Amino acid sequence: MDRREGECEVTMMIRHGAALKVENCGKTFADGTCALARATLDIAQSETLVLLGPSGCGKTTLLRIVAGLEMPDAGGRVLFDGKDLTRQPIEKRNVGMVFQSYALFPNMTVAENIGYGLRIRGVSRLERAARVAELITLTNLGGLEHRRIDQLSGGQRQRVALARAVAIRPSVLLLDEPLTALDAALRERLRGELNGLLRTLGITAIYVTHDQAEAMELGDRIVVMRKGAIAQVGTPREIYFTPADRFVAEFVGAANIIEAPIESGDLILPGGRQPVGSTGSRARAVAMVRPETIRIVDADKASLTGIVDSIRFAGDRQRIIVRDAAAIPLALDVPHTIHVRAGERIGLSIAADSIRLLPAEG
Amino acid sequence: MRDRIIFALQLLFTLIVAAFLAVPAALSIAAGVTVNYFRGIQSGVTLQWVAQVLDLYAGTIMASIAIALGTLLVTLVVGVPAAYALYVRGGRLARLVEEIITLPVAIPGLALALGLLLSYGGFGNFRRSWLFILAGHVIFTMPFMVRSVMAIFASIDVKSLDEGAASLGAAPWRRFVDVIVPNAAPGILAGSLMVVTLSLGEFNLTWMLHTPLTKTLPVGLADSYASMRLEVASAYTLIFFVMIIPLLVAMQWIGERGSAK
Repeated sequence: MDRREGECEVTMMIRHGAALKVENCGKTFADGTCALARATLDIAQSETLVLLGPSGCGKTTLLRIVAGLEMPDAGGRVLFDGKDLTRQPIEKRNVGMVFQSYALFPNMTVAENIGYGLRIRGVSRLERAARVAELITLTNLGGLEHRRIDQLSGGQRQRVALARAVAIRPSVLLLDEPLTALDAALRERLRGELNGLLRTLGITAIYVTHDQAEAMELGDRIVVMRKGAIAQVGTPREIYFTPADRFVAEFVGAANIIEAPIESGDLILPGGRQPVGSTGSRARAVAMVRPETIRIVDADKASLTGIVDSIRFAGDRQRIIVRDAAAIPLALDVPHTIHVRAGERIGLSIAADSIRLLPAEG
Repeated sequence: MRDRIIFALQLLFTLIVAAFLAVPAALSIAAGVTVNYFRGIQSGVTLQWVAQVLDLYAGTIMASIAIALGTLLVTLVVGVPAAYALYVRGGRLARLVEEIITLPVAIPGLALALGLLLSYGGFGNFRRSWLFILAGHVIFTMPFMVRSVMAIFASIDVKSLDEGAASLGAAPWRRFVDVIVPNAAPGILAGSLMVVTLSLGEFNLTWMLHTPLTKTLPVGLADSYASMRLEVASAYTLIFFVMIIPLLVAMQWIGERGSAK
């Protein structure tokens, strides 16, 4: 009974995590390349923040600045619970970090790897063993305690890296593309596990990825980055449904980006008119429509029609490419219960509120 | 048929080359245990020459071993942390330092010795002591240790390991001891064997630096070639072989084990 209480206390302690503030942090490398434009971010306690973007967008640099592995350009500050840690190296910041390559120690067993941070902190052998056992259970590594690292599969290594990072009860958990090294099926499964674990621990976490599916599932909020700058910060739903610009719209999920003039609240397209939910006219507008928000209706009754160009079966749904409706071919995701043939003229129905007008310069 | 002829020719060529290298060594060893080399092996086999060498030159053998071990100690204590610092730090300065450390590989031993004599020849006590030869050997062998260790650092992604240990709260020295050295052990071992082998066999530099009281095995060997009968010099060579060949085999073995991984 006593032990149970002890465990509860442990969980409570982890729940604390730190609230982070990244203030005005940019990074220019010695050779003059600017990896990160000055950025400011607030990360709430026990929030999972995902840094999402293509390679070279500065997301890893930002993570490394928080970690203490890179120093921000002069004027930048990193605060943990209001305390300025900008000048502190990583070993003084109490962060848990999961590296893309895992960086597990080949000279130590699984248990020794997980317990290493505690050993550094001078935690007694007994206490250490208890904590390691707790984490072995939490990460489903039972029976592998005494294995060497090179005897583990990719997924097991990933779990060891996670357990090792969490063992020290860090102020913040930093994950640098932790699933990228794994194959697709395993990645999807571990994504679910990781999500569960992050919720269980309730720890402040920053997660770097280029995979938008990971970002959507794991993030409380997502920071979309591009070319060293923040493109948008928002919840997964905000990012998906109301992207700030064309880049975000195209990077997160599939998107039809239509350029056309607006006349009294309707997009004027080659295949007809489509209301956008706002009044007024514009010579040129950029509108985004997600493929799954377009429905197929009877061509005779539709205000917007097109010709089926091709049909791609994707198992759970089918993607239909329609030409002549807009200037570009439109992609539609519809259930496979709907039958259309290539060359057929179909009607398209799009709810006005599922069209998002984007800034024209994108 | 054509393939077999080509194979036979290749084999023959390989054997000739091997023989070209092996026959002198074998003859030298044979001479070392022959009673009278000019009368040939039928004059009898003996260990008297070996005994005579041990009697006359035991000092040089012990000195060589001591200097080799001393050199190893210094290259380990200085070279391994230096390689760690150079590798983890990176950048232009690190590359420059690495080039400077590597320089003695390209400079002839005689020139190196001359430089040492010009710089430190005035410090009589240092000049006359074993430390002077030790210093020469350290300069000459250091690049092999540093290179060998840096090569393994590159192959085990030491930067990630270092950052991993740092993220768990380990200070630089602790990371070095707990994580870097154990994982770089094969490279450190390979470098160590190389250093010992090179130090034991080093002649050019040592010959310039030695005094009558600070002679190493190869210098003694040159002496015996010049002033002793052929059988004694050969027996001396035999002793050198016995010392150096296990080291060479061990080096080869570690190299193969490393590449098999």
